[in-house]
Amino acid sequence: MVSLPLLLQEAHAAYEPILPVWILLLPLIGAVVNGIGAFMWRGSKSIPSLVGPLAVIGAFVVVVLNFVAMLTAAPHEPAIVSLWTWMAAGNLSVGVDLQFDQLSILMCLVVTGVSSVIHVYSIGYMGEDPGYSRYFAYLNLFVFFMLVLVLGANFPITFVGWEGVGLCSYLLIGFWYENQDFASAGKKAFVVNRIGDFGFLVAMFLIFVHFGTLGYAQVFAAAPATLAYGGVVVTAITLFLFLGCTGKSAQIPLYVWLPDAMAGPTPVSALIHAATMVTAGVYLVARTSVLFAMSPVSQAVVAAVGAGTALLAATIATQQYDIKKVLAYSTVSQLGYMFLAVGIGAYTAGVFHLMTHAFFKALLFLGSGAVIHAMHHAYHEVHSHEDPNDMRNQGGLRRYMPITFTTMWVGTLAISGIIPLAGFFSKDEIIWYTGAYGYGILWGVALVVAMLTAGYMTRLMVMTFYGENRTGEKERSHLHEVPAVMWIPLAILAVLSVIGGWVNIPDALPVLPGVHAFHDWLHPIFAPARGILESHGLQEAHTSPIGGGEAMWAGISTVAAAVVILLTFRALIHRTWKPAAESVDPTGLAGVLYNKWYVDELYDRMIILPLLALWRGCWRIVDAGLIDGSINGLASGTRAVGWIGSLFQTGRVSTYMFYFVTGVLVILATFLF
Amino acid sequence: MNLDIENAALILSAFLFAVGTAGVLVRRNAIIVFMCVELMLNAVNLTLVVFSRSLGLEAQVLVFFVMAVAAAEAAVGLAIIIAIFRHYEGVDVDRFNLLRW
Repeated sequence: MVSLPLLLQEAHAAYEPILPVWILLLPLIGAVVNGIGAFMWRGSKSIPSLVGPLAVIGAFVVVVLNFVAMLTAAPHEPAIVSLWTWMAAGNLSVGVDLQFDQLSILMCLVVTGVSSVIHVYSIGYMGEDPGYSRYFAYLNLFVFFMLVLVLGANFPITFVGWEGVGLCSYLLIGFWYENQDFASAGKKAFVVNRIGDFGFLVAMFLIFVHFGTLGYAQVFAAAPATLAYGGVVVTAITLFLFLGCTGKSAQIPLYVWLPDAMAGPTPVSALIHAATMVTAGVYLVARTSVLFAMSPVSQAVVAAVGAGTALLAATIATQQYDIKKVLAYSTVSQLGYMFLAVGIGAYTAGVFHLMTHAFFKALLFLGSGAVIHAMHHAYHEVHSHEDPNDMRNQGGLRRYMPITFTTMWVGTLAISGIIPLAGFFSKDEIIWYTGAYGYGILWGVALVVAMLTAGYMTRLMVMTFYGENRTGEKERSHLHEVPAVMWIPLAILAVLSVIGGWVNIPDALPVLPGVHAFHDWLHPIFAPARGILESHGLQEAHTSPIGGGEAMWAGISTVAAAVVILLTFRALIHRTWKPAAESVDPTGLAGVLYNKWYVDELYDRMIILPLLALWRGCWRIVDAGLIDGSINGLASGTRAVGWIGSLFQTGRVSTYMFYFVTGVLVILATFLF
Repeated sequence: MNLDIENAALILSAFLFAVGTAGVLVRRNAIIVFMCVELMLNAVNLTLVVFSRSLGLEAQVLVFFVMAVAAAEAAVGLAIIIAIFRHYEGVDVDRFNLLRW
């Protein structure tokens, strides 16, 4: 074992990945040990509590070592670690190769860092669950596959991780599989993701046909010479890739699975369905930015879908009552921002928002988990079956859960884009570049979504933490703050949500010093794509579509968000809600939003029912009619022939004798004549 | 037509065989059907004897075999008929369709 300073010294000359395999191996070992534990020592809490978080924290430490080494060496080329050849056939050769570059290391930092915090939190949240060991097995396995996804050096390896995280997502959404609705939610996520995976696969086939290789480095190096700029092929490849991204990252039209995915335990929602897995689509677009940069059509589609999703999901979030549903639609909306950014070519801004969003959305989800934990406990004590997730049953919780309350406010301000929290810098960068690159309409949409975000998050805070408590007389005495193992992760994420944005501060802002650390860090990754874009006329304007510079609009949007927060707060603070059991569902426009624009119903009518009708037709006409009919027809035909034959069998000897004699006579006659 | 002894015997045996066949086909009484079967067998025996005159004695050996088998068959057949008679109180072959499906 080499000591740490020595490792760093070696790395200084040229970057060599440090213990690269262990990044993947540690979570995998954790998954295997906990998986065995789920069968062997089901009752034990101590082994999963130790193995699960430590496996991920260990991976995090190794990633940090690599990060530091890369920071000192600042390589311009990705370091590839080839483990073994996975499949070789003809001119196809796919190796199990890991790619260490600035983007993948950044993703690894976010994934293992946020995962470590959430694993620790899970010790408290899942402590009384009978499937404790199984839970940590799935969670470790998820981290393993997520790391495979971001570290893969070619499309198939990334696809393995892509499918693996989908599997873990399915397993964890349906973690409480005794509940039929939860199991169905898992199934829905799996099926919807399959549609996206189809796109990913087709894109891979197209890439192999045109490049003869699937390695990232080879494909991106060959792309400008092999494919025509703006041609049909590159547009098809990128649009199919983007179809995969819409599935995994919950964008229009495939976003419908994510809100239902909230059926899983809340730490899972925080880790998989907010902070890491759902950003895989953004990562993939950023990773293949060279290809996307070559197709203006695909870029426009990505940006428009991102902005559209951001707006749609934000409007839905304003009228949800389930605290996790609000956050789920908020996640969809923020992912829309990220796609808007990578669509317009502001890749750094997109990945920046991915990182800050991982901090504050994980924080918000874990905070909501703390609320649900307390509510569930209170209802459990008095054997009530009310819904602990419903904000109409909450209210006034700030008196009982001060730490959760404070950290949730930090998350709310961060996501709303209040200076100087993390969300301000990342979101404003996206909004600014959207305007500066000339996407006027999308810029307006992005601004509106920013204000909607501030609105629905404030509504969530007011309904959950302010006003009178609506939990119930008996239940109230059982409400209390969560244990330290749960609030310390909240505090860590709250700190990150505050300072996470300080790695990238635009020069244009007054007072604050300009910081380009994040931008410089990712520069080697996005330089080729930026080069293509700039050589085809991408120019950054110095004013927004309706005038005004970056500093002015950053100020306007943060002030607007603050005003929206204040107005929402004032409007809702004196409003009283009835507990969920006594409420009626909203009507009118609020009803439409409450029912999520009836998109699920629309999909039911437009896709699922026609498909069901088609399959029913197949069953009744093709299967029951044609196939069964022909087999049964053959059988009854045979029976009919047999029945006719049986008529000759009278059972009387004389009849048989008669046939016999007739036969003899016929034979004789043929001989004689 | 030149009616020597062999031709006459062959015609006789053919006649006897035809009578036996007709009896088996048209009669209802099991005993008579049985006797008609015997008649057919013996018509064949007669044919064999006739041919042994010109072709050698081996045919007559066959006749003994047929007679032995016929005797055994008669014993078994009569036993069956007696059993059927006890069961159905009659020996009308049209009433026996046990071989039917």
